[in-house]
Amino acid sequence: MLAYSLKRLLLAVLVAVTVSVGSFALLRAAGDPAVAMAGHSATASDIEFIRETYGFNRPLPVQYADWLVKALQGDFGESLYFRMPVSRMLADKLPTTMTLGGLALAFALCVGLPLGIIAAIRPNSWIDRTALLISVTGQAMPTFWFALVLVVLFSITFPLLPPSGSGTWKHFVMPTVVLGYYATPAIMRLTRAGMLEVLASDYIRTARAKGLHPAVVLLKHALRNAVIPVVSLSAVQFGFMLGGSVVVETVFALHGTGQLAWESISRSDLPTVQAIVLVLSSFYVVLSLIADLLNAWLDPRIRVA
Amino acid sequence: MTMSETLRAPAAPAAAAQPPTPGQILRRRILGHWSLMGGLAVLGLILLLAVLAPFVAPDDPYRQDLMERLVPPVWNAEGSWAHPLGTDHLGRDYLSRLLYGARVSLLIGFAAALGSGVIGTTLGVCAGYFRGRVDMVVTFLVTVRLSTPVVLVALAVVALFGGSLEVVILVLSALLWDRFAIVMRTSTIQATSQDYVLAAQAVGCSVPRIIFGEILPNVLNNLIIVATLEMAHAILLEAALSFLGLGVQPPLPSWGLMVAEGRSNLFFEPWLIAIPGVALFLLVLAINLVGDGVRDVTAPDGRT
Repeated sequence: MLAYSLKRLLLAVLVAVTVSVGSFALLRAAGDPAVAMAGHSATASDIEFIRETYGFNRPLPVQYADWLVKALQGDFGESLYFRMPVSRMLADKLPTTMTLGGLALAFALCVGLPLGIIAAIRPNSWIDRTALLISVTGQAMPTFWFALVLVVLFSITFPLLPPSGSGTWKHFVMPTVVLGYYATPAIMRLTRAGMLEVLASDYIRTARAKGLHPAVVLLKHALRNAVIPVVSLSAVQFGFMLGGSVVVETVFALHGTGQLAWESISRSDLPTVQAIVLVLSSFYVVLSLIADLLNAWLDPRIRVA
Repeated sequence: MTMSETLRAPAAPAAAAQPPTPGQILRRRILGHWSLMGGLAVLGLILLLAVLAPFVAPDDPYRQDLMERLVPPVWNAEGSWAHPLGTDHLGRDYLSRLLYGARVSLLIGFAAALGSGVIGTTLGVCAGYFRGRVDMVVTFLVTVRLSTPVVLVALAVVALFGGSLEVVILVLSALLWDRFAIVMRTSTIQATSQDYVLAAQAVGCSVPRIIFGEILPNVLNNLIIVATLEMAHAILLEAALSFLGLGVQPPLPSWGLMVAEGRSNLFFEPWLIAIPGVALFLLVLAINLVGDGVRDVTAPDGRT
């Protein structure tokens, strides 16, 4: 387990470094940051001054190392638009996105797990077909459109929920459903496939043959093994949702990192965009590391092989 | 697939006077798979309408008529057959924009699936065939790719380089290759351990000959399945990018852009977002059904 963990940790660090180089390079490829900061009416000497002040005239690797060291200490520089530290803005917005991601994952698990399990117990039954319909629909529905349909239904036709903004729990209902529904099909399909495979295995037949109660067989023996892949999928989905919440947060004007990212991209506020990409990627790297370690701990076959 | 089908398998050829050829079996399975046929029919219809858009569209999708703004569709009491799906906020014929919008979605879907398919398949097949260091590098690249938030990076790149069809296609191709690489790697590892590949290696076939002649034809079904998934994915992403204003730029008719433009009229003209949304849903649903159908039809355990 220790050797596996160390190997996996090394990979995570390498991935994180590569991603940080990528996000740094991507935004530098866009053009001269000094020109972007100076604005349209700037003279050549203004641009030169900014270049000197912010150190854009140094070699790129030096700038990168400087940026990374500061970022590791929580200093992502200053937003070009708000003229305030990016880290403070992130600390302000991250809780909203985290809450949304957590709620959406909980929603996806609450819908996906039971449906997947029942679908596997009774394949080709009406409930299996309903589950299939839900998953096929979920994969084809554009999230932004689903969000607008919900707004029409629950804010206009039946004015129950606020169409936009954040603050109360009511503001989180529709975003949670939209983002959660997006993650549901994958969780449901994996649960169903895992359950089907486990239910066909020898040890389940043994458990049944020795006369255990069907519910005990199902919950204690089958489910435990069937949900192992779902655990790691959930962690990964959580990471995807943090990055994918851009669309949902923008539609519902929920003040999280996703909306901040979209606004910063529109304003070409490069330090903010860079910081959000780096933070969300790092979250994903950490989450997938946790998922793999959890998997190895739950399923010894992985760490031995 | 089901128990009864597998049990019937050995008996079937003996009972028939002449055993059906593999081609006949495949044809029968395709024709008998209703969701695959349904998906193919819808996809074919949309493709046909998109190709024939200049001939079937009732009007020019760019022609504005400010006197005829926000005309409701024909099923509405105030609708007329002059504009079967109504007009948008600039008085442009909505049906014509929908038909031309299908071209944008399909073009981006096909091109992005092709681009990401070439990148991902090359990486995956190389990793699966050569293993060792090549495999390590490819696996690392896939992990890095998975760690980058797709929507964010796509938005940033489009904002930096401008929202043209080419930029959107290139960005999506560069971001959606991961599943191709993962699936092709696994399929290639499985195919490489087969006797026919060993035989080809033993008689001294060149590596390109083995990869293109032996391995690729045998992993083709998986390639098609992933291609449909990524095509659907690309179409949805393009719509989302255009919806956020950082994809295809107006006045080009893109379904995502049409939803965005209709959003400000959400209260009184809900059909403006309903129509392009349903079109997107149907197209993506059809592509997914085709993908699922191909998987069912080519699955070896269901062959009867």
